[in-house]
Amino acid sequence: MPTSNEIDCGFEAQDSFDAAIEDHKRIEPRDWMPEGYRKTLVRQIAQHAHSEIIGMQPEGYWITRAPSLRRKAILLAKVQDEAGHGMYLYSAVETLGADRAELTRKLIDGTQKYSSIFNYPALSYADVGVIGWLVDGAAICNQVPLCRSSYGPYARAMIRICKEESFHQRQGYELLMTMMSGTQAQRDMVADATNRWWWPSLMMFGPPDGESPNSAQSMRWGIKRHTNDELRQRFVDMCVPQAEALGVSLPDPDLRWNPERGHYDFGAIDWEEFRQVVAGNGPCNLERLRNRKKAHEEGAWVRDAAMAYEKKRAGAASVATSGPPR
Amino acid sequence: MTKDAKTGQHLEGLASDPADLPGSPSGSGHAAVDIEWPLFEVFLRSKRGLNHVHVGSLHAADAQMALYHARDLYTRRNEGVSIWVVRATDIAASSPEEKDPFFESSSDKIYRHPTFYEIPTNVPHM
Amino acid sequence: MIAMGFDNVYESIGEDNDDRHWAFGTGFSETLSGVEQSLPIGIDVNDLAAYCLMLGDDALVMSHRLQEWVARAPELEEETALANIALDLLGQARLLLTRAGVVAGSGMTEDTYAFFRDENEFLNVRLAELTDADFGALMARLFVFSSWRLAILKRLRASKDQVVAAVASKGAKEITYHRDYAAQWVVRLADGTDESRSRIVAGLCALSPFISELFTASAVEQRMLYAGVAADLADVRTEVVGVLLEVFSEVELEPQVLGAGYCALSARGGLGGELDSIRSQMMGEHGSGSGREGILMGAIALAEMGEHGSGSGREGIHTKAMVELLGDLQSLARSYPGATW
Repeated sequence: MPTSNEIDCGFEAQDSFDAAIEDHKRIEPRDWMPEGYRKTLVRQIAQHAHSEIIGMQPEGYWITRAPSLRRKAILLAKVQDEAGHGMYLYSAVETLGADRAELTRKLIDGTQKYSSIFNYPALSYADVGVIGWLVDGAAICNQVPLCRSSYGPYARAMIRICKEESFHQRQGYELLMTMMSGTQAQRDMVADATNRWWWPSLMMFGPPDGESPNSAQSMRWGIKRHTNDELRQRFVDMCVPQAEALGVSLPDPDLRWNPERGHYDFGAIDWEEFRQVVAGNGPCNLERLRNRKKAHEEGAWVRDAAMAYEKKRAGAASVATSGPPR
Repeated sequence: MTKDAKTGQHLEGLASDPADLPGSPSGSGHAAVDIEWPLFEVFLRSKRGLNHVHVGSLHAADAQMALYHARDLYTRRNEGVSIWVVRATDIAASSPEEKDPFFESSSDKIYRHPTFYEIPTNVPHM
Repeated sequence: MIAMGFDNVYESIGEDNDDRHWAFGTGFSETLSGVEQSLPIGIDVNDLAAYCLMLGDDALVMSHRLQEWVARAPELEEETALANIALDLLGQARLLLTRAGVVAGSGMTEDTYAFFRDENEFLNVRLAELTDADFGALMARLFVFSSWRLAILKRLRASKDQVVAAVASKGAKEITYHRDYAAQWVVRLADGTDESRSRIVAGLCALSPFISELFTASAVEQRMLYAGVAADLADVRTEVVGVLLEVFSEVELEPQVLGAGYCALSARGGLGGELDSIRSQMMGEHGSGSGREGILMGAIALAEMGEHGSGSGREGIHTKAMVELLGDLQSLARSYPGATW
């Protein structure tokens, strides 16, 4: 697919791009777009896609170990959705001229990042609930505004993802409610998991606005809709009443309602920890990438075989005339 | 990384020693090239009476595999009753720079639209 | 001042979006809605409960092995495929284990059956519990398992137990997809590269010792067959052999796979003179023409005589792989007695 940047478009194209952004119109794959816009989108969507795929691992571990068959089915469906969401996003980023094999390589060799939250371990089954409640809750806060991203394929993928994810947060919260009404050991598990995931969840919104250099441009381009701090505040405001309803306390002594601001104040985030995890020093960075690499490498012979088979059959048989059996 | 001129596919690892490549068996004479499965676009009919609508894309080695993948990826929640898949490279599309000449002709033919014609409001079923 | 464009996080999703018609599915239904739940008259409840457990355990255990592939499939598209198959089987298992509890009147639920029975109380065939060396082994096993289970479920649609019939009716559609998915992979791998061919052959070979069990009716299954509840495994066998042959012939697996499967069997040793007689029989009258069928039938017959023929999952006898599987499946549920999830 020729990228539109290969065509000499000059000022006219830039003007028409600017006008589209100004009018909140969608940019579509074959439209001319500034190289910076394309690059930023590729980085953002790819990182998002990688996060979905790596994000399968912490919860995926618990599928075979789920404590009831109902929970097993729910968790399996949820982790499957994450694979699906990764694919929707790779699909969107491929409209920008990137290809998935290359993106996968960049994930595996560490050139491209994924959300640091998945470098924390899921230590108990309560983590499955808390990941749904807090991590998916934070993700939804981040993602819902992206349903109006200026880039059409990304916006469409996000709509589908957000709709599907509405069950992810709810199943997590429901699990936690059930556990809180169970045994003391279960309540302890919930408290422990909440304590471990609360601060990393707040970090999911990224560095404070003052330290987020690309935010302003991204907001002008309509590929970011709210600042990191706005979204983080929104998340905290949402979570406090949810925690109260659940009967768990959030691990922040400074958390209190500020009537003047009309928001909850919360304590200082340990950004040094954030930087460490981003830099690859989180508890599970190595394991996550190693697992992904292993799956990809062990699958190479299968992918090759399918291509070799197709090559042999190409021309011999026409396209499948009958679809799947149902 | 090299690029196959004909298919545009990235051919990873062609320059390296096949023995170093993952999944490459020793002595079978087969080098794992790991050519990416081609991209297919997916169209879904959500229920009878509606058109197929483009819903996204996926990778598959062949059309039949693409249909199965589309079923597993895009109809997990009963969203479809019929699926089309087509190789992305087989789609011909009007290009953006053709936009004006391509669509200009239809833009002033307002007489194709029913509101062009004034009919007194007291005429029924019109 | 925080200015947000939405009060509820989901509120703005629908904006600029006329795609609602496909983004959410509709028409979900309960498999058992409207199905007669009462016990069929004149049926031994213990036998019926055991039969439900057999069918349910097959699905539960096979599903478990598929769940182990989450986040390690050879391509992302296969992740969703394998998870769908695992979910279908898990759904069948839950309905069947629940039915077993209802029929037995024991107060057992799907969860008490799944998490609190010991190894010798599981009645799944051993083919379902085997570990998979690679994706080829998984596809080989899924292909044989699905072909077999589909043949059973198709017959159970006419079962005297209405719940079993309803589960079978839905399940047969699901398994048809599983079988076709796996069959396509068997064909691709067998006719892909040298490596993939040798791996799929190895995967099929590894199953040989566990094939005969699929077609050997336990005492419970025999009684349930006479009572009009169970499937006739002799019919099932005929159908399965036909399906395997059709797929094998498409990719000329004749000498390689069946021969290798046969070799793997004979290499196990201990079959003595009977082995030789069957081998010569196969080389002789079945050597050409309908040779493949002869070889496959012969392979099954050999397996039936093999040392693995003595025990059966249906009688609670399992391989070592089952111990490890149950440890994974049950340990969490067992660690928190009295907990609700």
